[in-house]
Amino acid sequence: MRIRQPRKQQGSVLFDAPGPRARWLNRVLGVVTPIVVLGVVGLFVWQLDRKGQWAWALWEPFTEAKVWQSFILPGLKNTLSAAVVAAALALGFGVIFGFGRLSERRWIRMPCGAAVEFFRAIPVLIMIFFAQAGPPVIADAFNRSIEPISAFEAVVIGLTLYNGSVFVEIFRAGIRAIPTGQAEAGYAIGLRKSDVMLRILLPQAITTMMPVIVSQLVVLLKDSALGYVIAYEDLLNAGFVQVKSNFNNLIPAAIVITAIYVAINLTVSYLAGWLERRSRRSRKSAAVPLSTDTSALLATPFSKGPNT
Amino acid sequence: MDWNNFYDKLLNFGPFLEHSNEIWSGFLATIRLSAMAAVLALVLGTLLAAMRVSPVSVMRATATMYVNTLRNTPLTLILLFCGLGLRDTLGFMAQAAPTVSGYWLAVAGLSAYTAAFVCETLRSGINTVPIGQAEAARSVGLPFSQSLRLVILPQAFRAVIAPLGSVLIAMIKNTSVALVAGYFEATATMKQLFDDVGATVPLFFGFAIGYMILTLPTGLLFGWLAKRMAVTR
Repeated sequence: MRIRQPRKQQGSVLFDAPGPRARWLNRVLGVVTPIVVLGVVGLFVWQLDRKGQWAWALWEPFTEAKVWQSFILPGLKNTLSAAVVAAALALGFGVIFGFGRLSERRWIRMPCGAAVEFFRAIPVLIMIFFAQAGPPVIADAFNRSIEPISAFEAVVIGLTLYNGSVFVEIFRAGIRAIPTGQAEAGYAIGLRKSDVMLRILLPQAITTMMPVIVSQLVVLLKDSALGYVIAYEDLLNAGFVQVKSNFNNLIPAAIVITAIYVAINLTVSYLAGWLERRSRRSRKSAAVPLSTDTSALLATPFSKGPNT
Repeated sequence: MDWNNFYDKLLNFGPFLEHSNEIWSGFLATIRLSAMAAVLALVLGTLLAAMRVSPVSVMRATATMYVNTLRNTPLTLILLFCGLGLRDTLGFMAQAAPTVSGYWLAVAGLSAYTAAFVCETLRSGINTVPIGQAEAARSVGLPFSQSLRLVILPQAFRAVIAPLGSVLIAMIKNTSVALVAGYFEATATMKQLFDDVGATVPLFFGFAIGYMILTLPTGLLFGWLAKRMAVTR
């Protein structure tokens, strides 16, 4: 492994202290960029103005407690409860299938791997659609009938299956990131396989995995907005349907709802970053924490996981 | 036990084959959206990554703000805003035929969203390029734009082929959300068939396999490319 040298500022390596020409160019770009950005934003604002979207009547509802109490906060509560329930179930799914995928028995490893690759390869939305419409049909095939699946349940099932599969990959990578000497030391003092897993690998892997698990929660929270499509009354629905149908103010509602989503997700992302910095310093694990960016982790299907 | 019913609901691929024309055009629409959005997202994402490492602080701040906002907003919200906000309220592309405007609004929303992820992936690729490369580029007198274009980015791209592949796969799956912007693709077709002929298991698996045919080879191709193009150090 290549040891990465400490680097204070990303930009500073790529360019020298600017000379006279570079300073001049940078100054020009420093003026042109804001002009272009303000131009695009200004065009948008101007178009909003032309369509009368700055009228106070459209924004005024957001100053009323009633609007927040009866639409936005219940929507936020539904979004968060779907996300929290799905996160808990997905973690359980991840642990069970993660152990399954790491199993030495082929007949356990293969089906677990197939299930994970399947759920990772298809869109969450078609899982949500099928989770809602499918179970009654399947029950009917067996001459039974079941209660209709609620929108909440469908969203939770879809989110659990997809994010659970991502957690499986995170879990596997976390265990594999522990230097092999750790497990060997365990076997050397006579621990069994299950003891090595539970007492040596898992505790260290948790420190390693924590940041990336938290950053995956951002993905989960964002995907909970898919509930909108099956009329789950989440935050998105509250803004784009309920508030809008009462006050006919789609644009202001969209801006407020976006701000809420971004604020929550930035907070969670920040938490993930903080955890990463903390576990990088921590000496509880022999491995460095996994990157919070899952795109490298999920890169190739059927992979044996990153080799470390 | 009604075995005919059992067969129809759980095993009969008949309806899937009967509607193969609609399903084919649904997936074709998915591919058209993916291809266009992938190209635009790559271009915009590269531009954003270049801005994020540039010496001009205003550029860095702009790109950072863009990435932080787009990455933390649900895609459903973005595409819904494209449909309901940009078209229906603000009148962008309102005169175009619904199929045309739906396509371009979905392309706009999807590529704007994906560009943020491309930018972050590329930036992590720039981080893997050894400092010596940048220093060497500077010492032979290359200015920022040339050292980025000729030395840093080519190596950064090759380092992140596999992660870019997973961004692309995520984007292909995300095309399923385009139905909220009014674009009719494979997932919308599936929903329609669920309503028309019922949500049978074969129908679901048929569509799932359709998506897997798009995503799994993409992942394997990018994995292979990543190995082939890896920078030997």
